[in-house]
Amino acid sequence: MSNQALPRPRFNAPEPEHGPSERGSKVAPKVEPRTAPLLQGKVSEIPDAFFAAAMRLCGFAVVALLGLIVYQLVIGSHLSWHAFGWKFFGQSDWNPVEDQYGALPFIYGTIISSILALIIAVPLSLGVAVFITEMCPVTLRGILSFLTELLAAIPSVVYGLWAIFILVPVLRQYVQPFLATTLGWTTLFSGPPYGIGMLAAGVILAIMIIPIISSITREVLTVVPQHQREGVLALGATRWEMIRLGVLRNARAGIVGAIILGLGRALGETMAVTMVIGNRPEIAKSLFAPGYTMASVLANEFTEATGDLYLSALIEIGLALFLVTIVVNALARLMVWSVTRGQPARSLA
Amino acid sequence: MGVGINVEHLNAFYGKTQALFDVNIAVAANHATALIGPSGCGKSTFIRCLNRMHETIPEARVEGAVRIGDLGVYNGTSATQLRRRVGMVFQKPNPFPTMSIYDNVAAGLKLNGFRKRKQLDEIVHKSLHSSALWDEVKDHLHKKSGASLSGGQQQRLCIARALAVQPEVLLMDEPCSALDPISTGKIEELIFQLKEQYTIVIVTHNMQQAARVAEFTGFFLLGKMIEFDKTEKIFTNPSDKRTEDYVTGRFG
Ligand SMILES: Nc1ncnc2c1ncn2[C@@H]1O[C@H](COP(=O)(O)OP(=O)(O)O)[C@@H](O)[C@H]1O
Ligand SMILES: [Mg+2]
Repeated sequence: MSNQALPRPRFNAPEPEHGPSERGSKVAPKVEPRTAPLLQGKVSEIPDAFFAAAMRLCGFAVVALLGLIVYQLVIGSHLSWHAFGWKFFGQSDWNPVEDQYGALPFIYGTIISSILALIIAVPLSLGVAVFITEMCPVTLRGILSFLTELLAAIPSVVYGLWAIFILVPVLRQYVQPFLATTLGWTTLFSGPPYGIGMLAAGVILAIMIIPIISSITREVLTVVPQHQREGVLALGATRWEMIRLGVLRNARAGIVGAIILGLGRALGETMAVTMVIGNRPEIAKSLFAPGYTMASVLANEFTEATGDLYLSALIEIGLALFLVTIVVNALARLMVWSVTRGQPARSLA
Repeated sequence: MGVGINVEHLNAFYGKTQALFDVNIAVAANHATALIGPSGCGKSTFIRCLNRMHETIPEARVEGAVRIGDLGVYNGTSATQLRRRVGMVFQKPNPFPTMSIYDNVAAGLKLNGFRKRKQLDEIVHKSLHSSALWDEVKDHLHKKSGASLSGGQQQRLCIARALAVQPEVLLMDEPCSALDPISTGKIEELIFQLKEQYTIVIVTHNMQQAARVAEFTGFFLLGKMIEFDKTEKIFTNPSDKRTEDYVTGRFG
């Protein structure tokens, strides 16, 4: 047949091989005489055993590394833990001069900036992924996904620079005044529009995690079998309903996974945030106000930390950041588990 | 009640490749019509032209006229509107894995804005009965997902899902080719029952199956409808030499 070389239709599983056309073929196949088995002789077990041992070692190395990190952080934060105890995490006073340390403003800043980033990034990323996989012309598809992935490769300090020179002025001149007049009553958008502050950090974080969330979501969406889309369409669904029921719903575990990965990146992101968040250890309700994150305070103050207690307090923040990340991931995984109703989270990256 | 299907001068293309050549056929209402032919001869392409499912392939194109009952498939009707009246069952069972059995069956109705709980319950019950699945699933309608069923049950679930929106026509593209003989038997029995109320077009690789369930059979070869007649005639006394070669297995 002339069009034999065409790719098989995506919607068809391979046809059964026993169609009448094969069965009725007139030329009987001629089987060549067989020779002695070509693969004979003993097989050595040693390379396999060696390989197994090496892999086991690698596996254990990860666990050991994790253990070492925790050990180091716990030892290092000993002093601060003794001085403040649990109050360290509930106290918002950060005063190296008087050796008073409380981590609350940093925890607050990390969580709020990350949540803000997710609020902005999740809908956008899902939109990008859905557009690329479901709606955009094939020619544009490759280019668009390549470009989004390229965004993920930009060093965060470059994002920080861009934020300082472009994002912050735009926020200060246009966005913040607008938000203040329209949504000022919520008190989330009040106070002087500096540009620099929690909002800027959230926005730059959002921009940084969009490529991660959207590219993983895109991968997850392309894995959804074509027959699911067709099943929904055949019931008389519109395109949007097909995307919602046939695609997004089937991919939800993977999408949650993508969001977690984005959150993980946002929680730990240091450089770009440090450049725009304002670096003031205060808890302000307004998103216009400057803030501080756990990662930023470590980056900023570690080299200047004079005094053992100061250093120890910083290490304790490091430990807390570590724990927050773990707790967030555990929670998110629990979420994945519950949305997939106890099925293993298959498409989770 | 089912409605008839009228196809006139249907040509289908994938990009520059023509997959169907001037197909003409009149499918009788409330009967089962089987389509047979070797792999790649255009059976799936044809059946997908009837509910415009070929439109999921970007470069696919169709010429000609198809009427389903009073509905012009290619003039003035939206694909969405059409597919609510023309149900489809696919080769590979494709229940929605994230939905319960109940929601699988109710999916089509819910999509179209149907929300009345009592009526939904009733229709789900009826559809599962019609697809001979009710007794096997009635105890875990809401607990089990559509994907937890066996292959044959999944396919009957897909049939129930298609029936729930009360279509006039049911298209089936090799519905049994992924199933074991027992499930296949059940589905054939089902088709036999269903054709009293629905017009059924079924693509099959299995000529015994065509002979068992269908009153009419069409033979496709290389994108052309070679012969279309009463099933009995096709299998016992075909007018075309190529049909005879195929049904007697002397093909090639
Ligand atoms: N998505 C597609 N793109 C290009 N060609 C296709 C596509 N689907 C089917 N074809 C071609 O159309 C012809 C008919 O295919 P199909 O309708 O699937 O045959 P059948 O269902 O009878 O096995 C085949 O030659 C096949 O290669
Ligand atoms: Mg086919």
